Amino acid sequence: MFAYVARRIVATIPVMAVVALFVFSLLFISPGDPATVIAGDQATPAEVERIRHSLGLDRSFIVQFADWVWRLLHLDLGTSIFTNLPVTTLIAQRIEPTLSLMIVTLIVAVSIAVPVGVIAAWKAGTWVDRMVMAFSVFGFSVPVFVIGYVLAFVFALSLDWLPVQGYTPITQGIVPWFKGLILPSIALGCVYIALIARITRATMLEVLQQDYIRTARAKGVGQKGLLFIHALKNAAVPIVTVIGIGIALLIGGAVVTESVFAIPGLGRLTVDAILRRDYPVIQGLVLLFSFLYVIVNLAVDLVYTLVDPRIRY
Amino acid sequence: MSSQAPDLTSSAAPDRGDHHAVPAKRHPWLLFLRRHPTVAVGGILLLLIAFAAIAAPFLGTTDPTKVNTIMRTRAPSAQHWFGTDVLGRDLYSRILYGARVSLLVGFTVAVLSSVCGLVVGLFAGFSRRMDAFVMRIMDGLMSIPSILLAVALMALNRGSVGNVIFAITIAEFPRVARLVRGVVLSLREQPYVDAAVTSGTSLPRIVVMHILPNTVAPMVVQATYICASAMITEAILSFIGAGTPPIVPSWGNIMAEGRALWQVKFYIVLFPAIFLSLTVLAVNLVGDGLRDALDPRFAKKI
Repeated sequence: MFAYVARRIVATIPVMAVVALFVFSLLFISPGDPATVIAGDQATPAEVERIRHSLGLDRSFIVQFADWVWRLLHLDLGTSIFTNLPVTTLIAQRIEPTLSLMIVTLIVAVSIAVPVGVIAAWKAGTWVDRMVMAFSVFGFSVPVFVIGYVLAFVFALSLDWLPVQGYTPITQGIVPWFKGLILPSIALGCVYIALIARITRATMLEVLQQDYIRTARAKGVGQKGLLFIHALKNAAVPIVTVIGIGIALLIGGAVVTESVFAIPGLGRLTVDAILRRDYPVIQGLVLLFSFLYVIVNLAVDLVYTLVDPRIRY
Repeated sequence: MSSQAPDLTSSAAPDRGDHHAVPAKRHPWLLFLRRHPTVAVGGILLLLIAFAAIAAPFLGTTDPTKVNTIMRTRAPSAQHWFGTDVLGRDLYSRILYGARVSLLVGFTVAVLSSVCGLVVGLFAGFSRRMDAFVMRIMDGLMSIPSILLAVALMALNRGSVGNVIFAITIAEFPRVARLVRGVVLSLREQPYVDAAVTSGTSLPRIVVMHILPNTVAPMVVQATYICASAMITEAILSFIGAGTPPIVPSWGNIMAEGRALWQVKFYIVLFPAIFLSLTVLAVNLVGDGLRDALDPRFAKKI
């Protein structure tokens, strides 16, 4: 058991190394001169030179990479070209809204998608099932910012039920905090709900055909117990895996959702950094989000090996 | 997903019975579309949008980049069907021309990702020595959320349709590579491939005769999903200012320009949004239908 956990943790190291190497070498493999592109059209040669120096582009690749990794291991993500603040400081200032949004979305999405998927599988072939599947195609097809604007237009602007835009820190009270996150998390969660519901339905359909389900039914287990305890427990592994993989959708979607709802989080930081071509900030954000994604999926792996005794180490 | 198209698991069984009911005289294509109505619905929708994009100059449009400061932010009317934007440009024209960008990006990314993924996947699948190395690189690429990967690439390159296509392809092709490698690994152990190897068939011939035909079905399905996701990614990139340059009328750009005014001029955001959603929906319907039609067992693993 311990050996397995250790092996899984070690296996993420090359993946993280590839991510770091890739994000770093982008500066070198991209066609053209990144310093000129970042400096913009109106820059003087001196400014271009300053940016070239601050990105370290005037030194050899190996020296720079070693230096960069060394600083990375000390949690130093470099300095923003635009604000001259450490990237870690910028991230720390903006992380609360993004984490709030993602956690609320995760909870809302899972608590909607799993029961919906189970019911669709139970009622397979009926109109309930068709509605769920139609919704799932809809969720995959309508981009997050479209859902965001429509929700904001209907529920905030027209009906005035919820705040239109902005973010209230959790320190100013749970209720205003949550109210501000309802629309963004529904918008962000739509595609995620579609994904989880679809996998839940597919896995449950398979499980429900197995003999032990018939046995359980024969011995008189109620419908709810049968679906949500006997069957769902055995369908858990693919569902949990998809919840982990889907985090990538949440991360990408958060960038857009924050723009639509004017939430001052990491997504806004990303958009601001793009507009200013502040590459160190973008680099730091890509690394942070990829790291988060890898860690979440590692955690998912480890959790279900602990929970499901059928998985051999 | 329409009523007739069952999902991932149940698709193999229920459809098999009813094709005897269809008269055998029909053209095989019609037969296929009848058995898989989602492909038909999605295909027709997609053809309509493609037609509108190609024939845009003949469909009552004006120059999509023509600025008319007197006619700024006018609501939809007989003269401007979808209204005008902040610079007085006709939104109907901009949206039809914008379809070109979306379709071009979606289609090109799907093709390029398939080609790159096929090459890398075949290489990894057949090279026992390089397999682990190549797949770790693919894993690394896949663990960068694709929008952020594209954002990072776009931050270092000038905004152009070509660069957008390049950035999204880099983010998408590892999925195809993994898929193809999976097919190769499972086929490599099949007795008939063993037999071919034993009888002295060359590697290129094995690839062409035995491996490629088996990758076509899952790759076509995967390519349609990549097409759909590339169109969304392009719109998102343009929307947040990291995509096609503002001069190009793409749906993401139109929405980005309408963003500041969305509370008062909602139609500027709404019309491109509807077109984008419909196009992605059409591609997804085709993808779902093809998945059910081609190989439901394999599609499940994607």
